[in-house]
Amino acid sequence: MSVIIFTEIDNGALKKSSLEAVYYGAEVAKMKGTTATVLAIGTAAQDELSKAGNFGATKVLHANDARLATGNIQAYADVLASAVAQEGAEIVVLAKSSLGDAVAARAAGKLKASIVSNVTDLPNLSSGFKVTRSIYTGKAFATVELKGEKKIIAIKKNAVSVVESGNTANVEPFTPNLNDADFAVKVTGTHKASSSISLPEADLVVSAGRGLKGPENWAIVEDLANALGAATACSKPVSDLDWRPHHEHVGQTGIKVSPNLYIAAGISGAIQHLAGVNSSKVIVVINKDPEAPFFKAADYGIVGDVFDVLPRLTKAVKAL
Amino acid sequence: MKILVCVTSVPDTTAKISFTDGDTKFNKAGVTFITGPYDDYALSRAVELKEAHGGTVTVLNVGEADSEQVIRKCLAIGADDAIRVNCEPKDSYFTATQIATIAAQEKYDLILMGRESIDFNSGVVHGLVGEMLGIPSLSPVMKLEIDGTTAKMTREIEGGKEDIEASLPLVLGCQEPIAEWKIPNMRGIMTARTKPLKVVEPVGEDMTITEKYALPAPKGACKMIAAENAEELIALLKNEAKVL
Ligand SMILES: Cc1cc2nc3c(=O)[nH]c(=O)nc-3n(C[C@H](O)[C@H](O)[C@H](O)COP(=O)(O)OP(=O)(O)OC[C@H]3O[C@@H](n4cnc5c(N)ncnc54)[C@H](O)[C@@H]3O)c2cc1C
Ligand SMILES: Cc1cc2nc3c(=O)[nH]c(=O)nc-3n(C[C@H](O)[C@H](O)[C@H](O)COP(=O)(O)OP(=O)(O)OC[C@H]3O[C@@H](n4cnc5c(N)ncnc54)[C@H](O)[C@@H]3O)c2cc1C
Repeated sequence: MSVIIFTEIDNGALKKSSLEAVYYGAEVAKMKGTTATVLAIGTAAQDELSKAGNFGATKVLHANDARLATGNIQAYADVLASAVAQEGAEIVVLAKSSLGDAVAARAAGKLKASIVSNVTDLPNLSSGFKVTRSIYTGKAFATVELKGEKKIIAIKKNAVSVVESGNTANVEPFTPNLNDADFAVKVTGTHKASSSISLPEADLVVSAGRGLKGPENWAIVEDLANALGAATACSKPVSDLDWRPHHEHVGQTGIKVSPNLYIAAGISGAIQHLAGVNSSKVIVVINKDPEAPFFKAADYGIVGDVFDVLPRLTKAVKAL
Repeated sequence: MKILVCVTSVPDTTAKISFTDGDTKFNKAGVTFITGPYDDYALSRAVELKEAHGGTVTVLNVGEADSEQVIRKCLAIGADDAIRVNCEPKDSYFTATQIATIAAQEKYDLILMGRESIDFNSGVVHGLVGEMLGIPSLSPVMKLEIDGTTAKMTREIEGGKEDIEASLPLVLGCQEPIAEWKIPNMRGIMTARTKPLKVVEPVGEDMTITEKYALPAPKGACKMIAAENAEELIALLKNEAKVL
């Protein structure tokens, strides 16, 4: 009755957020006196996948069918449901992402499972199976009991602090039964930015707002991000004005991030912006207006001109 | 074309969140409820599609009587009729069960939702409903064109987007820039009062119990660094906050 962790492969390796989910799943397995099995769909080398053992998994089921090359939601949900059936699993863990949410939702429909998203902590099993989840876009938390026999838990970034064990996991091929009906949706084109660091996965984020005055000024934001190895993000008006692509927009109506460090330059800190970033561990605000509301949500602040401060920070990072 | 739009009634994005009854109930006092911002995009696109291709737009809310104010606003924006499933929508699975039960009878060509609710933020109701009905579900969809019985869409993926084609019927979770938010006009508000709003009773059971709520611990004071010494920030991030 092991715990199954649904993972995502990116560039031939398990995504960082997925490895965090593996660790979470392995900790839940320990509590339940069972083992953690990883489900990995797509192309990856065996020794890459066996690294899941380092995060607590004992076994990896590897489904690598040519038809599963693009993130097909219905097919992935079928693969997940068959893995759950084969392993007799009761609990499925995954990292929240746009693919993960979609697959988990359909799998919950198939399995008639209790599904809870944005989970921020390991479960409490002292009476029933209870988790803490973030709600109201980070403005509150709720304690939720999962009543179903089958349970699906989508975790938020930083829900656990990972401890690596140095172990490796056994990788087994997994051949699910695929339905033709799963392939009714056709992906006719993919447009991916070449930038290497994915925003939802990033530990460090440099974000900028309308204070940058125009898209031609973004070099100073990118320079700092590159020096730090950070992803770039922006406020909603910046993506509305097409200064930056939509997938960089964070906030209530954009991507929700919870990095270790969020640097906000020339962003006023409207409540809808804060909603997407308020679970960051450390927030730095750079704004020329000392009254900017963002300072109230910040850990470190600099009242200053972004055109002066950002290049100096970049220099200081390079000097580290 | 027969379109269903599922809408939530949620606290305004600037609302101060607090709880009552020993942190077991959301405190509605002084809070303005609005249509979920993503649901608003779904509704606006539905009305545009109706204007372009003909058909009907039905609005569905799973919620208590006080969400009728939000439902009436959706009717004023251009939906033809509405259904409210009379209950507290306790969780994603329960909510999806209500929507799927109605959709199974009514056979909509298109079921539009928001990418996620802004109260519980799960982003799963569309997938659950798609699975319950045995039809494809896609989210977050940022562009939607209908050509006969084919839908051409753009979906946001991590770090980019993909173009997708699929046959109707479909369940879609919508986000900007799928449409411009529509604002009701005077005529819309007048006619909304007499448009049909059917109230039905729920079926099935919830799968989770929300036991207790909590607010995040308040942030400590912000440490200010003088602009002249901006470089000091980097040392603090490395040695004090330990995030570099
Ligand atoms: C339903 C709804 C949903 C929304 N969702 C989102 C969302 O998801 N994300 C989001 O970001 N917004 C969202 N908004 C918009 C939000 O309310 C704000 O309008 C927006 O966040 C402001 O963006 P900004 O801070 O970049 O711009 P402004 O508010 O214009 O702030 C610019 C800031 O830059 C500072 N500045 C100017 N020049 C300099 C300089 N040279 N050096 C340093 N600082 C400088 C100014 O002091 C100011 O504080 C939403 C709004 C609504 C109604
Ligand atoms: C105790 C309690 C009381 C609540 N009372 C109400 C209430 O009175 N009225 C209310 O509207 N919500 C209420 N909610 C919120 C409601 O439960 C959530 O909307 C629902 O649980 C789905 O959340 P989700 O995060 O899974 O939705 P998501 O999966 O994030 O939602 C995706 C999309 O599904 C559709 N959708 C989601 N929920 C509904 C719904 N309830 N009706 C129609 N379409 C929907 C929307 O298009 C939404 O954008 C209440 C929640 C709790 C826990």
